[in-house]
Amino acid sequence: MAAALLSLLGVFVALYLYLYKIGKIGALVCGTGGCETVQLSRYSRFLGIEVSLIGLVGYIGLLAFTLWALRPAVARLRWPATVLAALSGVGVLFAIYLTALELFVIHAICRWCVGSAVIITAIFAAALLDRRHAEAVKA
Amino acid sequence: MAAEPSGAETGGGMRGFYLGLGALAVAGVAVILYLVLKPSTVSIPVNVAVQASDTAGFQGYVLGSPDAPVEITEFADYQCPYCQTFATMQMPTVEERLIKTGRLRLRYRDFPLDNIHSNARVAMHAAACANDQNKYWPMHDRLYEGQGDWAPEANPAPTFHGYAQALGLDVNAYDACMKSAKYAGRIQASRNLAERYGVGSTPTMMVGNRLWAGRIDSDAIIHLVDSLAPLPAAPGDSAKATK
Repeated sequence: MAAALLSLLGVFVALYLYLYKIGKIGALVCGTGGCETVQLSRYSRFLGIEVSLIGLVGYIGLLAFTLWALRPAVARLRWPATVLAALSGVGVLFAIYLTALELFVIHAICRWCVGSAVIITAIFAAALLDRRHAEAVKA
Repeated sequence: MAAEPSGAETGGGMRGFYLGLGALAVAGVAVILYLVLKPSTVSIPVNVAVQASDTAGFQGYVLGSPDAPVEITEFADYQCPYCQTFATMQMPTVEERLIKTGRLRLRYRDFPLDNIHSNARVAMHAAACANDQNKYWPMHDRLYEGQGDWAPEANPAPTFHGYAQALGLDVNAYDACMKSAKYAGRIQASRNLAERYGVGSTPTMMVGNRLWAGRIDSDAIIHLVDSLAPLPAAPGDSAKATK
């Protein structure tokens, strides 16, 4: 359940950054100016796709999966937690890569990006806890 | 998700969860709608990292013939009063006497004085967005003419939007351009270039590698162009001289 709530939160963070990038909202509420520096850098695209759009699609996918996995028929099983851990694990690795770019290449920190990194890490942690819990119940 | 569904999870717990999820969704959608629909301020970031794409094919805003024998690069700030005086009082003569006659090419570059001109970069960005629609110079003139109106404003973006509308720009495209701040890097690149040349104030004119800072009038520019590229003597002149 926590993973679903966190995924929804992630959807809004990614949507906010994406709407900024396509010019649908004005200045980012950031406080440091670092958000715009990061969002306007060439690293705001990955393989030609906006990173915020990748995040948006990823969070929507995680939200859909976590809601599906809450159905009573599936909720007792262990594999959905394993899949969620794998998916969010990829997200964590991507977040580490992006945070390293901010720190060592762009030299600016976007608080919203940090927020997204925290969210995906929390989803990963929640998935691991669910998995452990499922193992304990099975035992 | 993989937990043993307890009574709380299957009954009231799940209802509470879905209520919480719904409340979060409604709150998130409301915030996003507010951000999209509110009259936006525009912020052009300072000291962005300049990318190669920011300056690809861009060498300043050019007015005049590519074949003109003399080129002057003007480093200016839309919020600078001296630049305004030059643009509104001197430039019409320079344009009429030198630029339209093919003797001078003016290259205009941004030099935002951020510490004293908080709206300069937004104005520069408005001009850059107008340039997307081939209206750079009309916007340039309008910005200088209206300097007294927008310079003291906390948020000049609506005033610039009005200029864009009055100049017949596609305002949706203009607004999207402004909100994206896509020319922040280009403005920064001009600023960096000016610093490399040693520019420290506005307006500064650069002829070759020489800088000419401070107030300047059209007569001085005409004399300069005359000295660098004298007009060929008219056929009648030599006849008169021999008389």
